[in-house]
Amino acid sequence: MSEIVFNMDGKEIKAAEGMTLLEAARAAGISIPTLCWHEKLEPFGACRLCIVEVESRGSTRLVVSCVYPAEKNIIVRTRSEKIDRIRKMILELQMAHAPDAFVFQDLAKEYGADRNRFEKEPSFCIHCGLCVRYCAEVKKKNAIGFVDRGIRKEISFIPEIAAKECWNCKECFPLCPTEALQAAYVLVEALAFPAGSLEAASEG
Amino acid sequence: MPRINTPAELEELRKDIISKRDPKKPCITLCSGSACHASGSKEVAAALEEEIKKQGLGSTVDIRKTGCHGFCERGPIIVIRPDEICYFQIKPEDVPEIISQTIKEKKVVERLLYTDPETKEKIIRESEIPFYKNQGRIVFGANISVDPKSIDDYLALGGYSALSKALTQMTAEGVLQEVKKANLRGRGGGGFPAGTKWEGSRNAPGDIKYVIVNADEGDPGAYMDRSLLEGNPHAVLEGLTIGAYAVGSHEGYIYVRQEYPLAVENVNMAIKKAEEHGLLGKNILGSGFDFVVKVHRGAGAFVCGESTALMTALEGRAGEPRPKYIRSNIVGLWGRPSVLNNVETWANVPLIINNGADWFTRYGTDGSKGTKIFSLVGKITNTGLVEVPMGTPLRDIIFNIGGGIPGGKKFKAVQTGGPSGGCLPEHLLDLPVGFDELTRAGSMMGSGGMIVMDEDTCMVDVARYFLEFLTDESCGKCVPCREGMRQMLKILTNITKGKGKEGDIGLLEQLSETAIEAALCALGKSSPNPFLSTLKYFRDEYEAHVREKRCPALSCKELIAFYIDPAKCNACTTCAKKCPSEAIMGGKNLIHIIDQAKCTKCGTCFEVCPPKFRAVTKISGVPVPPPVPEEARTIVRPQKTGSPGKE
Repeated sequence: MSEIVFNMDGKEIKAAEGMTLLEAARAAGISIPTLCWHEKLEPFGACRLCIVEVESRGSTRLVVSCVYPAEKNIIVRTRSEKIDRIRKMILELQMAHAPDAFVFQDLAKEYGADRNRFEKEPSFCIHCGLCVRYCAEVKKKNAIGFVDRGIRKEISFIPEIAAKECWNCKECFPLCPTEALQAAYVLVEALAFPAGSLEAASEG
Repeated sequence: MPRINTPAELEELRKDIISKRDPKKPCITLCSGSACHASGSKEVAAALEEEIKKQGLGSTVDIRKTGCHGFCERGPIIVIRPDEICYFQIKPEDVPEIISQTIKEKKVVERLLYTDPETKEKIIRESEIPFYKNQGRIVFGANISVDPKSIDDYLALGGYSALSKALTQMTAEGVLQEVKKANLRGRGGGGFPAGTKWEGSRNAPGDIKYVIVNADEGDPGAYMDRSLLEGNPHAVLEGLTIGAYAVGSHEGYIYVRQEYPLAVENVNMAIKKAEEHGLLGKNILGSGFDFVVKVHRGAGAFVCGESTALMTALEGRAGEPRPKYIRSNIVGLWGRPSVLNNVETWANVPLIINNGADWFTRYGTDGSKGTKIFSLVGKITNTGLVEVPMGTPLRDIIFNIGGGIPGGKKFKAVQTGGPSGGCLPEHLLDLPVGFDELTRAGSMMGSGGMIVMDEDTCMVDVARYFLEFLTDESCGKCVPCREGMRQMLKILTNITKGKGKEGDIGLLEQLSETAIEAALCALGKSSPNPFLSTLKYFRDEYEAHVREKRCPALSCKELIAFYIDPAKCNACTTCAKKCPSEAIMGGKNLIHIIDQAKCTKCGTCFEVCPPKFRAVTKISGVPVPPPVPEEARTIVRPQKTGSPGKE
């Protein structure tokens, strides 16, 4: 396999063919923040926190490093005023949903993110998809999935599968970056109150 | 129908079809596109058939139910050929007169003709009506003479001759070079050169390649692709087949949205007819080239118009864009090279092959060749579909073709490019329409939506409306789009409600930067456009909303009040009678007063106040003047000698 040589933050970096910028950075000890990335899972490209600047043939653009493949002779910058500004905004947007999550505390300090910038809507879920993808890709059970779209998008266990598979697994719980107990709650809710029964009860 | 095996057999069949048609025989073409369908063309068709039978004219006149003619404002439309007599807004009860007068007596029914609003002259021929005369309909023009359910109609107009030429007289490489030379750019939104896209797929490794028609048109108010696919499906199929030949693909898909049932029906029938004729399937026209087409119905998600989301949906998964930095013409549907172009782009291909790239590039500007179909809607006199050469100034489209703004109102802005496009103000009306021209002005071509707005439109509310649409249609995968739009919509909604804060505009600009730079797909990246373009040209309106709590267009409900000018009120009592919330106090000879606490701002009083008084006004940004004291409300009318006077 041929080796790709490129420049990241002024250092010469070597990467194997097919490696992403993020993988190459980690191998070289350069830290890039992520929220939806996991070594056992396919890159998802959803949180956009790992955004970096790539200069190639004279033009510069922003790309997400968890998906962008390493290319020879490119120049990558993992920090810049613009990158920091975007990361700060992404963190602030996410902290509206999970202001106290541990995962955000150090990052917020690093990027000067204000947890109170946006009105709080604590739903805890930040749609990183780690639970959904882990269940699908590693466990191959698809017991949890996304439902609906846009700002109404939620994670939800599928009761028929979850009732059989989840009690003895629960491997997705510790993956949750904001609140492990949240996954447990969603699971219990799905099993104890199958779709619609909660609404029916509250209306009745 | 026996299968056609060679180009010569195709030409024989064409000659045969044309020879059986008498060009002098009257033919009533009735627009049966979706808009006319909604305004009653089906009933008119039934009446036509019945009346022709009743008057014993069965074999002496033809009826052709065509696709959309474009002048939807005036539908249902009838054009009687060969004289091209054009009647508008036909009702079933007009039909007996049309048959007895125009068909039997060769007389024109004056009252059904188009009246030029300026000269007040009646215009008989379709092609002389300004709406049509000022267009250049090279792609859409065939719609008016083709029954989409008849392959014979398409063949009679020279249909499939481009395919025949491509397959038997040109190499695949030759076809590709012709399309490249024509600089045909994608009509779906991106404006990417189709030839370059095709070349990428052609040169990509692999035996299996796909060509796809994007008929997931979802922009509010846009229906160009719908009307093309419904009205002339064979043109799209022919273009797609030629593209497949150039790329080396043997399988094509038409991704058409669920909400277009007539397009689905017509394109399915067209595929069946083309297969029966040997114009699709194995060994097309004896060339050895095989090609099949399948129709896939979309499940109703705007984001599936985005190329990678469309392909994901086509694979049977939730329609979310792919995060990969690989072009889908290299790694697309099921990981294979896939060329995706929209309906209008494909429909241009047969024209380029038949007439050559040099002919095609005669139309348009340096960067944008050919024509573009726009759906002209909003505050415009002639709502409909218009096709003009690229480079035509916006002013010509809106005023010469569109007939300007109705009701004597002033033009304010035109929104082009769909929800992610932008609003262009009056001083840019002379801008020639083209991909690069519109982008430079802060808007975009998009797929050709054109929404005209008048002085009563609030630009902040327009931005809020489009953001609401996009928020609803976002797939919700990436943070800058899902969360960024959630916040942008909240802020914009607050501003239109008078709850805007100092700093809101700056925050919106920062959220816009995050979306543009960091969102995953084109929907997210372009989502701030409605805000950015209105801010660019109408910043004063934003500032008035935020700082003065004033809506300059007098449109945002929370920021306006209805007020009756005591000097103008004539106590006609109309407003008080019509007010649904009984908020108007008044009575005979009393100046009417609106109780602001009860008023729901429905605007009824404003609409019903007789134009000769115009006493009801909208005010914004200033307090409502206190009501006239009760004792001063009686209207003292001047006594006129010799007239009984008003009561």
